[in-house]
Amino acid sequence: MSAHSSSPVVPGLVFERLGVRYPGARGEAALQDVNLHAEPGSLVVAIGQSGCGKTTLLNVAAGFVSPTSGRALLDGQPILGPSAERSVVFQEDALLPWLNVLDNVALGLRLRGLGKAERDARARAVLAQVDLQGAERKFIWELSGGMRQRVGLARALATDARVLLLDEPFAALDAFTREQMQELLLRLWRADAQHANRQVLLITHDIEEAVFLASELVLLSPGPGRIVERITLDFGRRYIAGEATRSIKSDPAFIAMREHVLDRVFAQRGASSAALVTHGAQA
Amino acid sequence: MSQSDLSLALPITPEAQDADTPVATTQRRILSVGQISALTLTTLLLLWWAATASGLIAPLFLPSPQSVLAKFWQLATRGFMDATLWQHLAASLGRILLALLAAIAIGVPLGIAIGLSRVARGIFDPLIELYRPIPPLAYLPLIVIWFGIGELSKVLLIFLAVLAPVVISTAAGVRSTNPSRIRAAQSLGATRAQLVRHVILPGALPDILTGVRIGLGTGWSTLVAAELIAATRGLGFMVQSAAHFLNTDVVVLGIIVIALIAVALEASLRALSRHLAPWHGRFHGKD
Repeated sequence: MSAHSSSPVVPGLVFERLGVRYPGARGEAALQDVNLHAEPGSLVVAIGQSGCGKTTLLNVAAGFVSPTSGRALLDGQPILGPSAERSVVFQEDALLPWLNVLDNVALGLRLRGLGKAERDARARAVLAQVDLQGAERKFIWELSGGMRQRVGLARALATDARVLLLDEPFAALDAFTREQMQELLLRLWRADAQHANRQVLLITHDIEEAVFLASELVLLSPGPGRIVERITLDFGRRYIAGEATRSIKSDPAFIAMREHVLDRVFAQRGASSAALVTHGAQA
Repeated sequence: MSQSDLSLALPITPEAQDADTPVATTQRRILSVGQISALTLTTLLLLWWAATASGLIAPLFLPSPQSVLAKFWQLATRGFMDATLWQHLAASLGRILLALLAAIAIGVPLGIAIGLSRVARGIFDPLIELYRPIPPLAYLPLIVIWFGIGELSKVLLIFLAVLAPVVISTAAGVRSTNPSRIRAAQSLGATRAQLVRHVILPGALPDILTGVRIGLGTGWSTLVAAELIAATRGLGFMVQSAAHFLNTDVVVLGIIVIALIAVALEASLRALSRHLAPWHGRFHGKD
């Protein structure tokens, strides 16, 4: 937090009394009165049950959805629309099947008008970062789900975006691949000294994933969507420092935190009467 | 043979499975679909030959396959109505090609505009929906009154038949663009023009090609009608004038050539589709 800063420009991603109400939607707002400051270099994970507004939060940060009240800022500048400084990786891969892997990764650079030699060189470098050397000429439909998400990550990284926005990027992957991708994300987030200011906003409904990855965990609750708890965590940093993933995830401190977050998510479920009826058996 | 087919279609008993399963599965496909279709056509040809050779049907109504084949040779070398078969064919193909190029040049941009813009959709959608269901023969007289009996009228008639499916398919392809792809490209910094060029247009390509294929089908069948208008060359003209002289063999030959060309057009467009849009149909198989 840089609240002590006397400078008027707050670096990083800032949501101020953010509210979003979709036109025509009756009743509750998708988001209401959300205040959040995601600093440069942070890995913020937003978690919550469906309908808590976490996708809306990401869409506001991406510039796909405009706030109906409050403000969304990046480095003090209002977010007015999509931009290459905020790259998005989607759950369903949004890659272009008529381009091969290399051309998909180089797309952002091509849109910026870079020459073929230069953009190919940069795309190759990023593909190496996500361990996809040798797959440059493959087409998207020839790749596994995990490889496609690697391409999606590489495409977002290739433009040197300041902010990476990840919309449940690993939800469709099997458990083993998902863990590999979590490790990859942590390495990409921290291991690259050149991009120490790169920050990540990831939304997920996988509690273990959230606790493992987050440098800051944001718990959202539905009806209307709002932040109910914020927790600073360091499990991801322990992985970067060299500790094994299984060792971290089996640490009693990790398990206790996971159960705490689980409790909070289930508590929300009990609080919502509609959810209580539909999830009665589970509760 | 049909009996053995039947027995093989039955569920395999455990004993049979133990014996040799791979052989059983290969035996089940004695004939591929293509081979069965070839059999159908051969049978049809045989029936045709039998009906004419036995004298059951007079040559005036149905000439024998041999005489049609002989006519083919005669038409290919000496010609009919002052033009060889190839010249008739070239005239017809030239017309449909010209109409097709014009329909793509106008139809694809129009379809993109309809797919992207509410205003363009409001203006052009009713116009296209209005003329599309009308059989081309119904407005043919009007075209002749307006544009005379020259080449323009013929090409225009085919053009109109091809245009509607191209426009409608293009617009549908544009509208069905995956929203995630658009958002992803926007977050990579794409401008509106870049979105069209790099995301929307390539994504709509399979639909555009389908529209062209359907358009070519209707266009080719309209061609015969178009060539009834005082043409001096063309397959439609050839069939029409042969009928006046009761040259049934030329009529039958012309029909066969028209059918073969239609099949070839369809097949080559399918091949083009597979070549230009190899991802189509297999991309969403996984998730």
